[in-house]
Amino acid sequence: MSRTASYRFTIGVLPWLTIALLSLPVASGVLGAMAPAFGYLPVLGGDSLTLAPWRQLLEVPGLADMVRLSVVTGLASSALSLGIVVLFLGSFLHTPLYRRVQRWLSPLLAVPHAAAAIGLAFLLAPSGWVARGLSPWASGWQYPPDFAFPGDAWGLSLILGLVIKEVPFLLLMSLAALVQCQARERLTVARSLGYRPLTGFLKVVMPGLYPLLRLPLYAVIAFASSTVDVAMILGPSTPPTLAVSVVGWLNDPALSMHFMASAGALLQMLLTLTALGIWYALERLVVCLSRRWWWDGRRQCGERWLGGMALTTMRLVLGLMLASLAGLMLWSVAAYWPFPRFLPWPPTLHNWQAAADDLIVPVGQSLLVATAATLLSLVLVLGSLEAETLRRRPMRRWAQVILYLPLLVPSVAFLFGLVMMQAQAGIQPGLGAVIVGHAVFVLPYVFLSLAESYRRLDPRWSQQARSLGAGPWRVFLCVRLPLLLAPILTAAAVGFAVSVGQYLPTVMMGAGRVVTVTTEAVSLASGGDRRLTAIFALAQLLLPALGFLLAMLVPRYLFRRRQDLLPRAD
Amino acid sequence: MATKARERKGKGVHRMRDIRRWLMAALTLLPTLSHAYELSDWESVTEAARGQTVYWNAWGGDPRTNAYIDWVAAQVKQRYDIDLEHVKVSDTAEAVTRVVAEKAAGNEDQGAVDLIWLNGENFAAMKQNDLLYGPWAEQLPNFSLTAPAQHPEVREDFTLPVEGYESPWGRAQLTFYYDSARLDEPPHSIAALLEWAKAHPGRFTYPQPPAFLGTTFLKQALLALTAQPKALYAPVDQADFAAVTEPLWNYLDRLHPYLWREGENFPSGGPQMRQLMGDGALSLAFTFTPSAPAAAVLDYQLPPTTRSYVLDNGTLGNVHFVAIPYNAQHKAGALTIANFLLSPEAQARKQDLSMWGDTTVLNMSRLSLSQRKAFATDGRAAASLPPQSLGETLREPDPSWIEPLEQAWRQRYGAP
Repeated sequence: MSRTASYRFTIGVLPWLTIALLSLPVASGVLGAMAPAFGYLPVLGGDSLTLAPWRQLLEVPGLADMVRLSVVTGLASSALSLGIVVLFLGSFLHTPLYRRVQRWLSPLLAVPHAAAAIGLAFLLAPSGWVARGLSPWASGWQYPPDFAFPGDAWGLSLILGLVIKEVPFLLLMSLAALVQCQARERLTVARSLGYRPLTGFLKVVMPGLYPLLRLPLYAVIAFASSTVDVAMILGPSTPPTLAVSVVGWLNDPALSMHFMASAGALLQMLLTLTALGIWYALERLVVCLSRRWWWDGRRQCGERWLGGMALTTMRLVLGLMLASLAGLMLWSVAAYWPFPRFLPWPPTLHNWQAAADDLIVPVGQSLLVATAATLLSLVLVLGSLEAETLRRRPMRRWAQVILYLPLLVPSVAFLFGLVMMQAQAGIQPGLGAVIVGHAVFVLPYVFLSLAESYRRLDPRWSQQARSLGAGPWRVFLCVRLPLLLAPILTAAAVGFAVSVGQYLPTVMMGAGRVVTVTTEAVSLASGGDRRLTAIFALAQLLLPALGFLLAMLVPRYLFRRRQDLLPRAD
Repeated sequence: MATKARERKGKGVHRMRDIRRWLMAALTLLPTLSHAYELSDWESVTEAARGQTVYWNAWGGDPRTNAYIDWVAAQVKQRYDIDLEHVKVSDTAEAVTRVVAEKAAGNEDQGAVDLIWLNGENFAAMKQNDLLYGPWAEQLPNFSLTAPAQHPEVREDFTLPVEGYESPWGRAQLTFYYDSARLDEPPHSIAALLEWAKAHPGRFTYPQPPAFLGTTFLKQALLALTAQPKALYAPVDQADFAAVTEPLWNYLDRLHPYLWREGENFPSGGPQMRQLMGDGALSLAFTFTPSAPAAAVLDYQLPPTTRSYVLDNGTLGNVHFVAIPYNAQHKAGALTIANFLLSPEAQARKQDLSMWGDTTVLNMSRLSLSQRKAFATDGRAAASLPPQSLGETLREPDPSWIEPLEQAWRQRYGAP
């Protein structure tokens, strides 16, 4: 095979492999959960179709509460996050504050869900930092008060935990979308017609922005209504959310529970679909109700009040996040830290020394899995984007949906089916399965963060190289890759961070045999030693931070004599 | 044999199953290499043990226990030339299941489990299904150091007679602990506990059954409250369950309103209860590992002023054991290790707070003065229980009571 042919072949195959990696696990996973839900799973002795698992599921005490809790927390946290993001963008898009917040986004986004949730739980618990700050001078508490938070029956702490992670995500997603829908131009026109900034944003920019935010937003709703790790840490326990219960049923030693767990996984899928349906209906309703308002020509609507609220909530979200991280650090160096005392003094290294041995294996496994999953995703993504350039047309609409597929279908549903299929096929759970499981979730993020830079690369560089006689491989390896090194490394760091934060794929595909910092942190959070929990949560945070640091420093070192290749800090 | 041993070390045990089946077929063609030994001639046992690799299936969930087993491995390598491999199981039932599967597959003398750490239900299951090698435990040279005549609990495991099928290793006892800076005088009986809780609402709780520690609390309260404690030492179907347990439910009905979160939520287990103690949310808690509060003080999880005690009429306690499956491949090595585990040196090391802190099964009066010295507690152990308190041990009820108790609790106080 000539070099050109091998290049064409590789580039022709990689997009299909990408589509396969994204869609096959999801599709076969859903099918794999379907069969046992109706009683068919020969390896466990189920060889006839029956509705018994569903009947068993419906008899579970508290099922209605679980379902209600999942739907309400999913929708409420998404609506709150969207509201905060939209009001903030509307009020501050044109100010320097927006730039400053923008700079905080990537690091905040790299904080894994579980670490943020653990930090928040430390902050808001009855013995947490907030209560310590108020005691005893304001509250009169000599001992921690006796209230259930986090873990309140309404799921308020769960909603809060989801919001502080979703706001940065939606903000980041809207960065690209704002450019795409020409927000600044729209806003300039509106301002020149006398609209106040927020009103102009809501009336003129939103109609163009929202359709671009829809898929990320749906991914947020799907995640929030089916999350397992965050709900385990912050959600109530009597009863927990449906997703948490399903994982519990799967881990039940009584094998007959697996059939019911399959039915539960399918119910989770229906539930997420319902949540998305409710959201869609609300979208329509908002459009209907606000049509008159769009055209009424009024130039302002409570600008100052809404702007102030946006600023306060954004500060609260960022402040909670930072205070949570600070709390984690304090706990990791705390000796005995009795209740109303605000700071653990004197600090000690004892906890880190004692944990050092326990950290080695989980950190090693996290590094291994994350590196492998990121490399796999990177190769596939580069192949797909290169294919796009080759064919000179952007991705089709259906391909975009496939990209979001692993983020839209509740992971507990399809991972569960994958595990069932694994058992049926006799494949051993372990590192290989975990790496593939991670790649399914890593790939979309790598793609989303690399696509813009890749598409914007000036095609004349490669044309020039070709005209000087370089083959397609050489052009790709010696011209395009170096030019794109910085964004590629950033995308890899994003993928690495996503992989380090994965809880469910690790637990389910590895059958508990693959231990990462995330699985350790989540299992410790349910009542283990706070100091050890904090150390694992910090390890979970430091690994992605290290990735981002490398992504920033490596190009600076390699291009130290080629400054113009570095991304400009605009 | 060497191939087989190397093959076993591999972690992908299941993948190796086919290979193992072939190897087993091949091995049966060889003359059996069984190392002959006589239990009555201990020299012959340690001689046969030389060079063996012993697979010890022991729960691996606690880093302190694992560190101790690592120490044992280094010792037996040096003393007896035995390679000890710690197979870390997450639930002892896994190891039992493996032996059951081997028996079903007709594997009579090439078993993968040589030594197993167990007690209670798992021992009962193995003994009743003839899955254990023995009797051997009382022939161990060090067994007499446990003074079985004075300590019958080393011959009885949850009411089931041991009969030499397992060897005692350590003991556990329900131990209460409190912060002496906050509490002058903790309650010393189950009845006093209720009065104390009324005076200190929200400062006591117990883990939610079927968490092991929560069930233990139920058993302790039941033993103290019921009018027919003797019934608890016979199988549950020989007793009138409702009548025997009624005082317990009356008691809990009165206690729950004064518990942490008014008895609507319960901690998930001992670790969460310890965390609540460390936070100061609780004033009184309990554990089944007498040394745990002292160890937690060293780890800064509990206040330095933590103190431990047992209730006036004693608390539930039990002994944990090691046993050898009937088809174990390296019985001589397993016997040698079981004997080493009972040696004063190994027991003292085990009880050392900086190692594991598990209480010894040896009787101090059987030891020489210098041996006894090794068991002396140091100053840091103020939070742990004084050794003499461990005498006040109540026997575990018949295991058949556990399931009905947990079920009745769930029906009354379980998820809404």
